[in-house]
Amino acid sequence: MSKKDKIDLSVNFAGIKAPNPFWLASAPPTNSGYQIMKAFDAGWGGAVWKTLGMPTINVSSRYGSTNYGNSRMAGFSNIELITDRPLEDNLREMAEVKKHFPDHAVIASLMVDTRQEWEDIIKQVEDAGADGIELNFGCPHGMCERGMGSAVGQEPEVLKTIVEWVKQAATVPVITKLSPNITHITDPGLAAVHGKTDAISLINTVKSIVGIDLETYAPYPIVDGKGTNGGYCGPAVKPIALHMLKDLMQHPEISNTPISGIGGIETWRDVVEFILLGATSVQVCTAVMHYGFGIVREMEAGLIDFMENKGYTTIYDFAGKALPNVTEWKHLNLKSEVRAKINEDKCIGCDLCYIACDDGAHQAIALPTDGSRIPLIIEENCVGCNLCSLVCPVEECITMEKFDDGKEHETWHELTEQNRIPNTWNDDRAGGKGHYVPEPTEALKHKRKDKSGINNKAM
Amino acid sequence: MAEYKRPENEQEFKENFKQKKPLMNDTQAHIESSRCLFCYDAPCMNACPTGIDIPLFIKQINTGNKQGAAKTIYDSNWMGNACGTICPTEVLCEGACVYNEQDAPPILIGRLQNHATISVIKSGKQLYFPGEDNGKRVAIIGAGPAGISCACELRTLGYSVDIFEAKAQPSGLTVHGVAPYKISNEEVMAEMDYLQNQLGYNILYNHPISTKEDLKKLESDYSAIFIGVGLGKTANLQMTGENLLGVHGAVEFIEELRSKHSEVKIAQKVVVIGGGNTAMDAASESARLGAEEVTLAYRRGKESMGAYDFEYDLAVSAGVKGLFNASPVEIIGGERVEGVRFVKTEIVNGRLTNIEGSEFTVACDMVIKATGQAKQGKLLRLIDKLTLDEKTRIVVNSDTNQTTNPMYFAGGDAINGGAEVVNGAYDGKLAANGIHQWITDNQRQPKT
Ligand SMILES: Cc1cc2nc3c(=O)[nH]c(=O)nc-3n(C[C@H](O)[C@H](O)[C@H](O)COP(=O)(O)OP(=O)(O)OC[C@H]3O[C@@H](n4cnc5c(N)ncnc54)[C@H](O)[C@@H]3O)c2cc1C
Ligand SMILES: Cc1cc2nc3c(=O)[nH]c(=O)nc-3n(C[C@H](O)[C@H](O)[C@H](O)COP(=O)(O)O)c2cc1C
Ligand code: SF4
Ligand code: SF4
Ligand code: SF4
Repeated sequence: MSKKDKIDLSVNFAGIKAPNPFWLASAPPTNSGYQIMKAFDAGWGGAVWKTLGMPTINVSSRYGSTNYGNSRMAGFSNIELITDRPLEDNLREMAEVKKHFPDHAVIASLMVDTRQEWEDIIKQVEDAGADGIELNFGCPHGMCERGMGSAVGQEPEVLKTIVEWVKQAATVPVITKLSPNITHITDPGLAAVHGKTDAISLINTVKSIVGIDLETYAPYPIVDGKGTNGGYCGPAVKPIALHMLKDLMQHPEISNTPISGIGGIETWRDVVEFILLGATSVQVCTAVMHYGFGIVREMEAGLIDFMENKGYTTIYDFAGKALPNVTEWKHLNLKSEVRAKINEDKCIGCDLCYIACDDGAHQAIALPTDGSRIPLIIEENCVGCNLCSLVCPVEECITMEKFDDGKEHETWHELTEQNRIPNTWNDDRAGGKGHYVPEPTEALKHKRKDKSGINNKAM
Repeated sequence: MAEYKRPENEQEFKENFKQKKPLMNDTQAHIESSRCLFCYDAPCMNACPTGIDIPLFIKQINTGNKQGAAKTIYDSNWMGNACGTICPTEVLCEGACVYNEQDAPPILIGRLQNHATISVIKSGKQLYFPGEDNGKRVAIIGAGPAGISCACELRTLGYSVDIFEAKAQPSGLTVHGVAPYKISNEEVMAEMDYLQNQLGYNILYNHPISTKEDLKKLESDYSAIFIGVGLGKTANLQMTGENLLGVHGAVEFIEELRSKHSEVKIAQKVVVIGGGNTAMDAASESARLGAEEVTLAYRRGKESMGAYDFEYDLAVSAGVKGLFNASPVEIIGGERVEGVRFVKTEIVNGRLTNIEGSEFTVACDMVIKATGQAKQGKLLRLIDKLTLDEKTRIVVNSDTNQTTNPMYFAGGDAINGGAEVVNGAYDGKLAANGIHQWITDNQRQPKT
């Protein structure tokens, strides 16, 4: 038996069992039984059905995107509402999916208004065989104008009440899906826990306008010359999701509640990162809308390889392992120093690091004088900000090397406790003091050389 | 065996002379432009003889501002479109692209450039306007890349410009010399029309300047004169048999090819003599015209050829065979050429030496001499106080392109002895600014 065979990806998420943690988020990919069966067949372990609720009408032209360079849909925006398919069709198909895939997780996402409506629809989806229920308190467009979705997600008290109604009616586990359109995610998180939710999922989409059409002056997506704010998702929102996940997982009253991570997940790396911050299932929408269900193969293979290399057999072996390393700024070691180092053999001489540091950071990179284009780090000036290593287009060309001896440790918190925080700019301990900044007029000496000085720039 | 079938009509000609750098579509341009790193003080830009702000125009293409990209290109180079497809980018901008340092393919700068300029040429969008008329007139001799560029620039500065051109078309060797698989005649002319429509200089075709009187007239009618006459016909080999039927000069052969296309009947067996880019072109072109056998004969070793490696490779891929260390001694035949007698050579003490008794003959029914173009010394020596160097190149001040006769400025092949279109474009622009500076400084009035 190879080590791989010992790896067990199955999850028991607040009582919802699934062969793996890769779930489809409630969205267009889970619109129908056809799609969900196709997804399960492709390797997905669970699916949160496209939100069921009350009759809706959708608009035509529904999505917008943020493209970056040659990358399409680095961020993705939609103004779609909950399902517009008849409830009976959804319920019938749900039962059929469960019949074919009894071991896969089928979760019904719900959004209704009154207590009676909640109780009725919970009964219906449980009868159809749903393994769990997800409460959509996140949708930031359309439905919120009708007092649902993020309108609930932004009102912790209302949210708690609805969770309580649902918990009293439901026999299957209940997941509360949170909206990121709020200042402190722990407020609705705590409300959900107080309402006795079995689990939390986050994030839903971020209120946004992805762009304006320069002909019609209307925001994307355009509906007959007008637009509205959309819900933003895709790779661009992953950092927001990770942060909110961390906030919940570090909250003493919330951290025991299982969390399903959502937001910009596309690759196995994303999956591992969410798990390291405590998620025990992940949900995906945009990546599937972009590439189809097949992407799960890359996620699964990558996750298995990672686990094999690290010697883990289940995802619970490493869930939350990054949490102790996410701390407050005041606990960071002020004595730790890194400096940029350029690997001359790799450098291609684009000089982007030079201009980034000179114009955008700390004037710690010099152009070479030897006729080459390989820049030089001015060590005394380098504050170790990373910028150059981030702009460098060559893998591993600029590395950040440890500069301190690792012996000293001092944090802002300790300084505060010891009443040693600097109170004048001349304090030797102030980080910026002594750091070299050229005189302002030096700037005017950097005239960019022009081939002939004869270009018709002014015309 | 021939790689190409003889083209019988224009369609077949176009297939054999398929564009080496075809126009990029929007998708290709978007993908390619996305790769550009926007280097600081970009090496590609420094390697462009006209210093086009390459990262800027590539970014403009990427952000959907093709017109802005074209403007960036034309701001530095009036032959922007032609240069995009015919510049030897491998040794210029693309050769300097930083991606080469990691063995990643360099950005296809030339094709991106062409993508932007073609789009404004097709739209006819006016990007430039003549400057306010300053009442001064400048004469230009030769409507090649250098002359046209000088004219465009002078018009933006408010001069009225008359170009005296010996032939019936503008653009010089761009349309008469450059290989047809690099650019079509239509494309060259579209750019010429586009520039002239915007800037309105006069071109007097079929109007060679050839006598002292012609020059005197120009000197009296104009405030300054720009010489952009390029080079002359193919130089003679000074060898027996040179005048046999079937012996052609490369420049003349190519000029005929460019205007007659499939009507040019190539012989079965062709010997091209020479090791420069023109020889490579002539050999490639002979092969594409369907010659059975094309031999490229060069008197030294392959590594000593003046031609770019990629041009030689292109010729070989068209079916051309290289014959090195073979120096022609005689072209043989009765009335028509029947072959070329060569002697083998070797380098002895650093000098090229014929190996005695090693003569051999390559049978052929056509010879193309690509052994360089003659200089325009005959005309140039008519101009007073005009200093020429030992290679008959006009000596100029490199900041202004002013010659030793202050009224005359010069550029292009006439001063560099034969380079590229892009050099002519740079020279013409530089000279126009030199003329402007000189006239402004002297406040010269046109002689009446
Ligand atoms: C076979 C061949 C292939 C080439 N391929 C390329 C290539 O792929 N890419 C590239 O960049 N460059 C190429 N070149 C070089 C390029 O064409 C020249 O460097 C460029 O055209 C020079 O421009 P110019 O204006 O100096 O001269 P020319 O282009 O030679 O133009 C001179 C003009 O002056 C006119 N003229 C000459 N004498 C007189 C006179 N007495 N009175 C009036 N008019 C006159 C001529 O008719 C001509 O129109 C090639 C050259 C040759 C010969
Ligand atoms: C390194 C860094 C430091 C910043 N410091 C400040 C700050 O001091 N004051 C401020 O109002 N915003 C600060 N910002 C936020 C930026 O002004 C800006 O609101 C944000 O980066 C979003 O714009 P962007 O997407 O163009 O980066 C900072 C941003 C960065 C990247
Ligand atoms: S780490 Fe920051 S300060 Fe140091 S060289 Fe790089 S960009 Fe400059
Ligand atoms: S960014 Fe990287 S590749 Fe570019 S010059 Fe700096 S070190 Fe070299
Ligand atoms: S060198 Fe290459 S990557 Fe850099 S700006 Fe020029 S084309 Fe772009």
